[in-house]
Amino acid sequence: MTASESNGSTNGAVPARSGGQVICEAILAEDIDVIFGMPGGASLPFYDSLYHYQDRIRHVLARHEQGAGFAANGYARATGKVGVATSTSGPGATNLVTSMANDHMDSVPVVYITGQVARPAIGSDAFQETDITGISIPITKHNYLVMHADELPRVMAEAFYLAKSGRPGPVVVDVPKDVFLEETTVPAPDRVNLRGYRPVRAGNLKMVRRAAEVINASERPMIMAGHGVDISGAAPELFELATGGNIPVVTTLHGVGGFPETHPLSFGMLGMHGLAYANFAMGETDCIIGLGVRFDDRAVGKVDEFGPNAKVVHIDVDPAEIGKVLDTEVPIVGDLKLTLQALNPLIEHRERRPWIGQLNEWRQNHPSLDIPDSPDTVLPQEVVRSIYDASGGDARVIADVGQNQMWASQHFWYEKPRRFFSAGGLGPMGYALPAAMGVQMGAPGEPVWCVTGDGGLLINIQEFNTLAAEKIPVKVAILNNAHLGMIRQWQQFFYEGRYMGAFLDNPDFAKVAEAFGLRGVSVSSRDELHEAIADAHAYDGPVVLDVHVDRVENVYPMIVPGTGVRSVIEDPR
Amino acid sequence: MNGTSRSHTLVAMVADHPGVLTRVASMFRRRGFNIASLAVGNCEEPGYSRMTIEVRGTDDEVKQFEKQLYKLVEVITVRDLTDVSAVQTETALVRVRVSPEDRPGLADIASIFRGEIVDVGRDSMIIQITGVSETIDRFLDVIAEYGIDELTRTGIVAMARGTKTSRNGSARG
Repeated sequence: MTASESNGSTNGAVPARSGGQVICEAILAEDIDVIFGMPGGASLPFYDSLYHYQDRIRHVLARHEQGAGFAANGYARATGKVGVATSTSGPGATNLVTSMANDHMDSVPVVYITGQVARPAIGSDAFQETDITGISIPITKHNYLVMHADELPRVMAEAFYLAKSGRPGPVVVDVPKDVFLEETTVPAPDRVNLRGYRPVRAGNLKMVRRAAEVINASERPMIMAGHGVDISGAAPELFELATGGNIPVVTTLHGVGGFPETHPLSFGMLGMHGLAYANFAMGETDCIIGLGVRFDDRAVGKVDEFGPNAKVVHIDVDPAEIGKVLDTEVPIVGDLKLTLQALNPLIEHRERRPWIGQLNEWRQNHPSLDIPDSPDTVLPQEVVRSIYDASGGDARVIADVGQNQMWASQHFWYEKPRRFFSAGGLGPMGYALPAAMGVQMGAPGEPVWCVTGDGGLLINIQEFNTLAAEKIPVKVAILNNAHLGMIRQWQQFFYEGRYMGAFLDNPDFAKVAEAFGLRGVSVSSRDELHEAIADAHAYDGPVVLDVHVDRVENVYPMIVPGTGVRSVIEDPR
Repeated sequence: MNGTSRSHTLVAMVADHPGVLTRVASMFRRRGFNIASLAVGNCEEPGYSRMTIEVRGTDDEVKQFEKQLYKLVEVITVRDLTDVSAVQTETALVRVRVSPEDRPGLADIASIFRGEIVDVGRDSMIIQITGVSETIDRFLDVIAEYGIDELTRTGIVAMARGTKTSRNGSARG
């Protein structure tokens, strides 16, 4: 055993297993019942192991490795477990790169098992050889190239532990073809012990007391809740903090649902396409309580107009996020749930009438989410609202990237965590369909809606085949405006209407869906819309709704990058 | 979030694994840090290496750099020795073009700087000099007129004075 490896105690020698079996056992030990992948030459021995485990591990054959990766992301986010995606060497592995980068940006725990050419061929430019560990260094939390089956029990335990602990993220385990076949008698370690990796638990108590003093003394506090609420399972503690202290809440895109959006203390999502009043609040607050956030540029906008008079209390599990963007009065490195459990009893309930009155006045005067009259066309916002109505507000919604992503976050009121999923950090179009597949596999029996644009759908439309073959009952609503909508919007706003590469000559998506063996429905009027959505909601199988929406509807409100919250474009119509 | 840019010396203990240097170098480049020098070699514990990294930046930038470095799983500890009492040293090898008659003059200069002549050729000499970087800079400046044929520097290695080892350092918190 060499440096920095786990030296956790082990159970003594166990019967010989192949490398592939060791991986299957490690997956089972994590209580993971579904993995996503596509086989190839280098991973064939692993698939031979999966063959023998198919009664316990369901393998979903994606139609592109990127689809497998995004599906594993969706599975992880829906369940709170680690997602697993697998591919072969070379092109299989490189097709996973976008998915790895996406997990890394959004702190989603996924373990990637990539096949590699056999050990003697490594470094020889063999067929389908790619240095995936080298490629994935900057876009993963950690990675391994496993050169002997004896390392695999430890590496698999470390990979799952690294993926899910601390700030979660993707871990790649690259396994040469002959290592899948090689036998080992080394048992799985009882526990992982990595000398260079000790994620923090609860935050420092002294700092927690200081945070309570700052919050209790504030007149105009705002909680800004992020993805950390979901990851840490801290929604009940957040609710207690907000209601116990009478502190209003805004969320980031990934924080949506961490606090019930119909609660009077909820002031919605902030940021570039956030609600006007959420952003006004961040301009005027005297105390920003950042919970599991990284103060991303799309959320913060102009840094010097973001809480210019506010003291910042920042709780996050990643020390590198604290002080990265804002000067921080009270930095607390810790798991959010555990830290809030220590903080909440110290928080005093205060009326703060002028502040909450002001926020509600802004909410009255800047409604942000009114849908304009549109007698001739269906507006994309109505599609999202119709899903909200049909599902009684209790669906899992997976958005793609672009205009649809903003409308899906704005026009649905999420009451619980892990209900809204979106690739907010990397922003890869094509995320929603495969991710929805993974969410559905992780939440069987629950209504799952994929809200996508026409452009994003086309990027991973091959997964229609997976939905049909595996009978995954995802409902797909295409907000079909025959454009790359956000591109068109930006070219309208910032390039004086010089539209370049923004139009889409789409196929008939309902027919495409039918050809894949899915139920496909074309929708172009308001009456058809509500009926089609209600039907789809009630139908026990995958459905694709091709909704022809207004082609030039824009996302509002919008803060033009580089300008302050007061110059927000609310709705020029 | 501002301040003046200056040179910082960080010492990191890292696992002696293949690829650890790539991970560290990749992080430097990706986050836009400019490395002035990097020295790496064995340390007191088998299976580990110690890196000394000289990086320019504001205190906030370097703090962020330190935290990002510490996030790498194979990095065990990181310590910024910039504002602590520490020994910092570097070695240079310089090949100087020199005729036999100029040798004594160059040898004099070398001895003033505690340099050592480690090789003599027909019309050249190799001088090895060890010390703080500024001393090496001044030496090179003085002998520039002879014509420097080849120069190689190890980069700084550093160690805190006293008994506290850099194993105790950490960027946590």
